[in-house]
Amino acid sequence: MSAIIELTDASFGYGRRPVLTGASLTVERGEVVAVLGPNGAGKSTLMKGILGLNHRLGGTVTLFGTPADELRDRARIGYVPQRHTLSSSVRATAEEIVESGRLPRLGWHGRLRATDRQIVCRSLDLVGLADRAGTEVSTLSGGQQRRVLIARALAGQPDVLIMDEPTAGVDAASQHVLADVLGRLVERGVTMVIVTHELGALRSLLSRIIVVDRGRIVFDGDRERYAARRGLIHHDHDSHHHDLELTPPPGAVVHGPLDPFDSRGRTP
Amino acid sequence: MTEILSTDFMQRAILAALLVGAVAPMVGIFVVQRRMSLIGDGMGHVALAGVAIGVLTDQSPVLTALVAAVIAAVVIEILRARGRTSGDQALAIIFYGGIAAGVVIISKAPDGTPANLMKYLFGSILTVRQDDLVIFAVLAVVIAVTTWVLRPRLFAVANDEEYARAVGLPVLALNIVLAVLTATTVVIAMRIVGLLLISALMIVPNAAAQLFARSFSSGVRWAIALGLVSAVGGVVASYPLNTPSGGTIVLVAIGLFLVISISTSVVQRVHGNRHDRAEGHDHEHGPGCGHASVPHEDHVDYVHDGHLHAPHHGHYDEHGEVAPADQTTEEVTP
Repeated sequence: MSAIIELTDASFGYGRRPVLTGASLTVERGEVVAVLGPNGAGKSTLMKGILGLNHRLGGTVTLFGTPADELRDRARIGYVPQRHTLSSSVRATAEEIVESGRLPRLGWHGRLRATDRQIVCRSLDLVGLADRAGTEVSTLSGGQQRRVLIARALAGQPDVLIMDEPTAGVDAASQHVLADVLGRLVERGVTMVIVTHELGALRSLLSRIIVVDRGRIVFDGDRERYAARRGLIHHDHDSHHHDLELTPPPGAVVHGPLDPFDSRGRTP
Repeated sequence: MTEILSTDFMQRAILAALLVGAVAPMVGIFVVQRRMSLIGDGMGHVALAGVAIGVLTDQSPVLTALVAAVIAAVVIEILRARGRTSGDQALAIIFYGGIAAGVVIISKAPDGTPANLMKYLFGSILTVRQDDLVIFAVLAVVIAVTTWVLRPRLFAVANDEEYARAVGLPVLALNIVLAVLTATTVVIAMRIVGLLLISALMIVPNAAAQLFARSFSSGVRWAIALGLVSAVGGVVASYPLNTPSGGTIVLVAIGLFLVISISTSVVQRVHGNRHDRAEGHDHEHGPGCGHASVPHEDHVDYVHDGHLHAPHHGHYDEHGEVAPADQTTEEVTP
């Protein structure tokens, strides 16, 4: 059985500017991988590269044994984008948002059938929002909105979930609910790649940790190895109380339009 | 009223109003969702160049306007997709180029008078011809069917374009289809609403419906209802008032928006004073959260220390103590 995600010496960026270079990485079925790294290190660029949302400037990306460019069935990858809120200019219920995650499975004009609606209901149930299906999403809390986005990805019945900062900006109570939801997915054997700033409540779920810094993958190993070598990996950042947020030296990281670097108040 | 309906041109104008009133908000919701409320206005500008070419060459202005607006729609979407920072300026050049060319070309036409231009810009009930009506009806059916079939996909793309691209939806194709639908709506509306006011009938009924709708589908239904009332009401009123139909339709739509806006804020204020919040609520209720649930008419209460808590927006409402008649349906130990 082929790996779910396989990168060989891949570089990604925007236009011709590389943001992340020389990335080699294999994610097997059933793995739960955290991608850690400071702001602007290239974590989101790595995820968007796997999803084909930015430009691949070198190397290869293979998904489910097929070169990424030739993969027709993109619904096999469930994407949970980084969004602080779901509010848009138009009202929609949680159910309507989650239904849109079912569309990639329906061809270009197919409509939702009873079984599709059941899958939508189950997805909402899995993230603990079955009782809020008809609620307008902008009235939900931040953590609940994140779970709507997770349910939307689940509705496509993906083989792997790629989540960009699912816990950022979510209060402690919601973080625990979110960790419970992810725990339930782990029990079901869902393969996950989770970009995050801090391990926090997710720590116990992970089978593997990858650290990205200054446009390169600087660590790839299991939790124990990460714990043992943590000081070494985040060597430069030890003076900072929040070890994964640091301003890189000028010119060290190239910033793309979709990976904005927050330069406010993060001087080392 | 019967007198109004007995004249041929009014019958045709009302039929055109029914078509436009239903179709414009249907397409407009996606334009609003993509935060491109002014794109219809720009396409109206370009359609004027098409009208002028039709007048000059003695072709049907409706058809030449359709061709001009559709070409502009496709070019605009391709420019947007290429994501150039100059895209915004490119749009401005296309739009103003359209209206400027329209004014210049129409002045060269044999019957190109300012009065002639006015009726295209602001709408006139006298101008709907029998053959126009047939074209409008066909186009309106095409727009309505296309929008209905593609509605979930247009929603997905307008709601989250990056996600739609990641899961492999044909984003560019859907955006081009929406732009062409917008262009076609502009052309159907040009006789009675006018090219400068068309965009209002796509946007204003949706803006009004968004004030009270609780889902995307109810928002669409209400916008169509409001669009129909505005379009037909405006056309009917413009006859005895002897006013341009386009302006009258848009003023009716804005009037409806204001009435709804005021009444929803009054209702919210009254309602807001009536409901109690459960204070300091850290726990999140949900199925299997460990608290028994009690289904009431339109909501579910959770029994929390002998009190009923109902989820409401980002907080919980205090619904009083548990009554003996309440049948709890679920008893889960935490």
